[in-house]
Order: sequence, then C-alpha cells, then structure tokens
Amino acid sequence: MTIDEFFVLIFCGIGIGFIYWFFLMKKDEKAIAVTENDVIITVEGGYTPQNISIPKNKTTTLNFFRKDPSGCLEEVVLPDFKVRKYLPLKKTTAIVITPTKSGVFEISCGMNMFHGKITVV
Amino acid sequence: MSDTKKTFPIKGMHCASCVGVIEKSLKRTPGVTDAVVNLATEKATVSYDSDECGEDQIATAVSNVGYKIVADSDAVSEDREKIEKAKELKKLKMKVGMSLFLGALLVWGSFPGLMETAPEFLRSFWVQLLFATPVQFWAGWDFYRATIPALKHRTANMDTLVALGTTVAYLYSAFVTFFPSVVMDLGFDAMPYFDVAAIVVGLILLGRYFEARAKGQTSEAIKKLIGLQAKTARVIRDGKEIDLPLEQVMKGDVLRVRPGEKIPVDGVLLTGESTVDESMVTGESLPVEKSKGDSVVGATMNGTGTFTYKAMKVGQETMLAQIITLVQEAQGSKAPIQRIADVISSYFVPIVIMLAIGTFGAWYIFGPQPALLFALLNSVAVLIIACPCAMGLATPTAIMVGTGLGANRGILIKDAKSLEIAHKVTTVIFDKTGTLTKGKPEVTDIIPLRKMKSDALLVSAASLEKGSEHSLAESIVKKAEEQNLTLVAVSKFNAIAGHGVVGVVGGKKFLLGNRKLMVRENVAFEEHAERIEKLETQGKTVMLLANDGELVGLLAVADTIKDSAKEGVSALQKKGIEVVMITGDNQRTANAIASLVGITRVVSEVLPDQKEAEVRKLQATTYNLKPRIVAMVGDGINDAPALAVSDVGIAMGTGTDIAIEAANITLINKDLRTVASAIELSRKTMRTIKMNLFWAFGYNVILIPVAMGVLYPFWGILLNPIFASAAMATSSISVVANSLLLKRAKI
Repeated sequence: MTIDEFFVLIFCGIGIGFIYWFFLMKKDEKAIAVTENDVIITVEGGYTPQNISIPKNKTTTLNFFRKDPSGCLEEVVLPDFKVRKYLPLKKTTAIVITPTKSGVFEISCGMNMFHGKITVV
Repeated sequence: MSDTKKTFPIKGMHCASCVGVIEKSLKRTPGVTDAVVNLATEKATVSYDSDECGEDQIATAVSNVGYKIVADSDAVSEDREKIEKAKELKKLKMKVGMSLFLGALLVWGSFPGLMETAPEFLRSFWVQLLFATPVQFWAGWDFYRATIPALKHRTANMDTLVALGTTVAYLYSAFVTFFPSVVMDLGFDAMPYFDVAAIVVGLILLGRYFEARAKGQTSEAIKKLIGLQAKTARVIRDGKEIDLPLEQVMKGDVLRVRPGEKIPVDGVLLTGESTVDESMVTGESLPVEKSKGDSVVGATMNGTGTFTYKAMKVGQETMLAQIITLVQEAQGSKAPIQRIADVISSYFVPIVIMLAIGTFGAWYIFGPQPALLFALLNSVAVLIIACPCAMGLATPTAIMVGTGLGANRGILIKDAKSLEIAHKVTTVIFDKTGTLTKGKPEVTDIIPLRKMKSDALLVSAASLEKGSEHSLAESIVKKAEEQNLTLVAVSKFNAIAGHGVVGVVGGKKFLLGNRKLMVRENVAFEEHAERIEKLETQGKTVMLLANDGELVGLLAVADTIKDSAKEGVSALQKKGIEVVMITGDNQRTANAIASLVGITRVVSEVLPDQKEAEVRKLQATTYNLKPRIVAMVGDGINDAPALAVSDVGIAMGTGTDIAIEAANITLINKDLRTVASAIELSRKTMRTIKMNLFWAFGYNVILIPVAMGVLYPFWGILLNPIFASAAMATSSISVVANSLLLKRAKI
C-alpha cells in the first residue's frame, strides 16, 4: 500500500464514521412547549422547532411557513391526525389540530424524509 | 351551556392592529368566551357558548369593525395551490431548459468521440467553466437551498445526494481548469467533467418536472369533488329571489332550483317536483325522483322540474363537504404497509453517502489507473443513482389515487389502514333489514279465518299497531290507509317485547303478534301451522291475530329484496369470499330470503344487541384454514357496534355522520354490488403499492451496487454518472405513473 492509498483509507474510514455519527447518532431535540393557541413551524431543511409539546384536548394551530424549495417538503403529513397538506413556498399554511390522546405523534414531509414531532401531554 | 370552538377565515386584515380590533369586538359579543385572531393565517379561533351565541352573531361582530368572515372553501385553497404549483413548475421548466441546453453543449465539447466535431471554443476549459457555473449554482441552487438547512438539522435527503455528487464533479473540474499542471504532475490527464455535473443537474430537474406534473394528477379526485360545488344559490328572502354566493346561504333559507341547475346545498324539498341526477355524489346511475318532503343533496344536478327547498345543511355540514373531508383525511393517513419503507428511508441517505465514500476508497486503493478518476466518477454515480424518493412516493401516491377513485364511485374509505385490510377479507356478513332488503316492509297477504272479513281484520290489526313502534307496524298501518280504512280507538294497549301487542278494539280484546304470543296467551294455531310455514318459506314474516282466545286471521309482511342483492352477493362469492346473512327473523323466513339472494350461511333470530357477539364468534373461527377476516355490511346506525367490532365495517347507502364514524368504508349509493367493488379497489390498490415498493427497493438494491462497480471485475461494466442521473430521474416518475394507472382500474 502506497502512502497516498494509506491516507485515502484513513480518510474514508473517518468519513464513514463521521457520517454515521452525524446522521444516525443524533439525539432528539427537546420538545418546545406551546403555551399559546398557535405556533409557527419553519419548514427549511426540516421543521423548526422540530419537537413541540402541546396539551391534550386543546385546539392548537400549527402555522407551517415553508422557506425550503425542495419538492420533498412541499407537503406536510400528520398521519395520526389524518392530515396531508400542500405548503405553498414562502407562505404560511395553518393546520388546526385538537389531540385527544397523549403521546408522541409524527410530522413528516410528503416523501417521509424529514421528520418532526408533536408531543401531547 | 355547550362550549364550541371554531375557526373562521377573515378577509380584510392587513396589520397587527386589525388583530386587536377584531379580537376586542369578538370578546365583547355575549356568549363568546375567548377569541384569538391570527394575522398570518387570516383566521379567528373563537370559543363560545353555542346556546347563547351563534355564527351569525360572530359574523356580525367581525363585520361591525369593518372585516368579513369568508368561507374557507376548499375551492379557494385548491385554486391557491394550483396557482402556486403552476408558478413553481414554470420556474422549474426554465431551469430544465437552460441546464439541458448548456449541458448538451458541454457534452459536445468534452465527450470523447463527440468533442472532435465541436467548435474550438466549446473545447476550452474556461468556456466549459462559464457554461457549467450557472447550471451548478442557478439551476441547481435548490439542491443547496435544501441541503444546507437539512444539514443543520443533521438530516439528509435526495437533494443532499445530488448536491454532493454534482459539487464533487464540478469542483474537481474547476480545479483541473485552474491548475491543470498540478493534475498532470500527479500523473492524471487534465480532463474536467463539467458535462457530468451539468447534465446530472439538468436530468434530475427534468425528472422532478415530470414527477411534479404526475403527482398533481394523483390528487385530481379531490379537485373534481371540489369542482362539483355550485358557486351561487337562488335564495328567496322577503319574497324576492336573489342570487347569492354559496357561502352566504344560511341554514333554514328557502332556495329555488330551476331546470338543469345544480342544487347548491343539502335540504328538504318544499314545493314542486323533479328528477335529480345524484351520480356525481352517490355514484347512483339512475336519476332519482323527488317530491315534497324528499331530501336533496347539494352539488347534484336537477333535471327538468323546478322546485323550492329548505336548506338544512350548509358549509362543512353538507354531504359533499363531508365526502371531501373524508377523502382528504384518508389521503393523509398512513397505510401499515408503509412502515417498512419508512424505516428504510430514515437510514437510506446516510448509508448511500457511506457507500459512496467506501466506493471512492475501494477504487482508489484496488482499482486500475487512473485510480483517482475511477474513484471519483464511481462515487459520484453512487450518490446520483440512489433514489429515496421512489420509496417515499410508492405508498402515498397509490393511496391517493385509490381513495380518489373510490370517492368517484361512491366508495368512501376512512383511512389507508381500512383500505389495506379490506383486500384480506374472507367473509362478508350482511345485515338483512335495510341492507339486503329495502327496509320498507309491505303487507303481502291478509288471510281472514273463521268468519272475520278481510277489511275488519286489517282495521283491527292496524288500530292495534298504530301505537306500536315495531318496524312491521308501520307497514300494516300504511296498508289500512291505502285502502282508506278508518282506524278505531284502542284501549288497554300493551306491547310485549319480542312477542307482539295486546289491546281492546271496539270492546273486544285482540292479540297481534308471533307464535310466542299465541302460546303465552293459550291461543291454538296448530290447525293453520302448515299455512304459516308456507308463508315463512316464501321469506314473509307472519303475524297472527286472535280475538277472545281464537285465531281470527293471519297477516304476512315481506320486505322487498334490493335489485342489486343477488348480483352483489354473487360478485363476492366469485372472489372466493364467504357471504353470511345476519337477521332477527326466525330461521325459516331468514333461510327463505337468504336462498333468494344466493346466501347459504344464515345467522337468524339474533337480537340487535347480539350482532356484535355474533361477529366476534365468526372472527374466532377460520376460513379455508386461514384466520377469518370479517367485513360487516350494515346501515351504520342500528348496527354500529357490529360494524365497529368487525375487521372492516361497511356502512351502506348513507352519508350520515354516525355511519361515517362507525364504518371503515362508507358506500353512499344503495347498490350492493359496490361491496365487491370496494374489496376489488382495495386489492388493486394494494397490488399497485406492492409493485411500487418492489420497484423502488429493487431499483436501489440492484443499481447502487452496479454504480459502485461490482460488475466491473467480471464484465468491465461501469455506470457513467450521466446514465445514473437518467435512471434516477425515471425511477420516481415510474412509481407515480404506476399509481396513476390505478385510475383506469375496473372495479
């Protein structure tokens, strides 16, 4: 093995390890408690805030503001609330939910590549 | 006090102070407990006591301060969506055109075999850099726009792969352009790959363009349903007929519908008569005759008559609005089969990036010379060919088309899970009354015994039944009315549950009921047992009338079997599904009706509250050595518990809230053949989903290793990143196109 091959091997090993750590070992963000009746969720490379906490039996308006042009994020899906909605670019789209059960519910993009969470307490 | 919370869209707001003004006005309205106005969404969420305050008062409170509550019609949001999508598509089209044009020039100027025919300036690295830069950073900017924030969230998607792959090719080429001598000193040809970067961007954008167009068609059914809504209504107010926008029609308004016009909202006909084409909403193919007292459904088409009717349901309460909501909800739900795709998708992109790094290392260390170029191009090909989108689109696009197709045929599916289970159904249980039969029993035989006359028999029976709530009672009273007979007052009336009724008519004590009543009251009927049995074997329910301890007459009542019952049952049997009938009738009557429609398995003499237990009993058995998956078909109201406990509850011929809530599938026409259609729809949708998933997984499982170069040691096959991008662009389109083929499915 030549020196450059050795360095490439080391580089690839570190690269694979980094990708694994960066994408697959990330910790879940802490849920941000929504105290008002509505919350703005920015849609850009995912959902910010990514994890929101809302009370059970309270009607909350989730205002999705899409900044990201990616086709992946053009739809938001809340499968437990049976919602699939198109999000126009650079506009706010409101989704009103009244969760009746406690638990953690998923928010995802139309192609299920980006995820967020709604924690109902 | 009944607490209500509702959101109202508001028109006319333009600043934060508008919010305060509207909130203040709403909070001052008696009955309103809270009001929150949102400027971003232009909506007010109002909590109020509906006993004290109505929507009218809320609308007035808003209009008093200069704003207006508008209907947040689906049509409005659909229009907005259409405009936005058209805008995005136009922009995308421009980028596709530009990047493919410049990409083609780059291929001409740099592809071995072609470049010799190209003008000299196209072969210049600097010109190639000039052409490739706008493609990379203008047309391909969206890939970066999606990748950078995604990386902040430590997530990655398709855009990350494309951005990585094309950036590697572009940066290497730029390096070669700026420092050719450095590359040559390392022992490589100073050859840029701008064509790869540009064509990959162009082809992937082209794929995205077609995918976006095809995806738009998956939700066409909803758009079609929304398009059915009438735009205006002719309302009679203060004796004048005025045309008003649909959203201004209020409950209780009297509306006029002229020949050929669309009926605006749901209501009850007051004057006039006509035939109405309800096919667009219920799927019922024949026009339905309507006269005073009949209900009419909004969005259906009036025939040649003219009539007035009272609006009973407006806005989101109408049947069409409920159908739209149900279909939208079903399309937003997730099928259990999608779980595996979800799990794979969540690991997919990072794994592909790791594979690309591994590919680079393997080719650099073990590959032939020039190793760096092989390593670079093959790792770019791995990044480009991977297609997580196809996996993400496989299930939802098929569910969207399937539920939409169902809605067009009068089959409303509650959620994707119901659609998935329905294809596994092995047994269908039909409730008899109102499902297999029309639910409107008629008196078929009046048999006077001893010296009683036919009319007198009917008068006595009808007078007794006038006070009864039994479903058969109505048919006897109706028969007497049809014959213009005058009923007599009844005293000492007593209804004995499960037996019949007792009372004094014209000073004489009469008993009317089944054999159990006669036994209980010691009335001999054995002399006529054969006659009774004969009627029962014809599927009729026999009621016995006795006076002073003697049987004086028989009345036979029969419910008419629906025209579509026999065909509906046989369509299910042809699919290998066992059909069972459940009824409260005695065994002989039940068997007779079942044989008329071709059902061999009957569960009879079941009280309404026992149906649920009977469904459970069947579920605990097997069918053809497999666990039995049971669908229960009923009206969704009386048999709601049985529908709820079954694997698939199917409510027939109704679009009421209760039925929709209780059932997994609601059939809004009364045609029993639709039960088989619903199961066929489920089978076809599931087949499409499985094909899509097979294709999406198969594509990645086969082509990623090819791009990595696993075939090279055996046959010298490598995948050029340009071909990889072409394959990737077609993969998600093919999944969407396959889902769209469902639209043509015969169900």
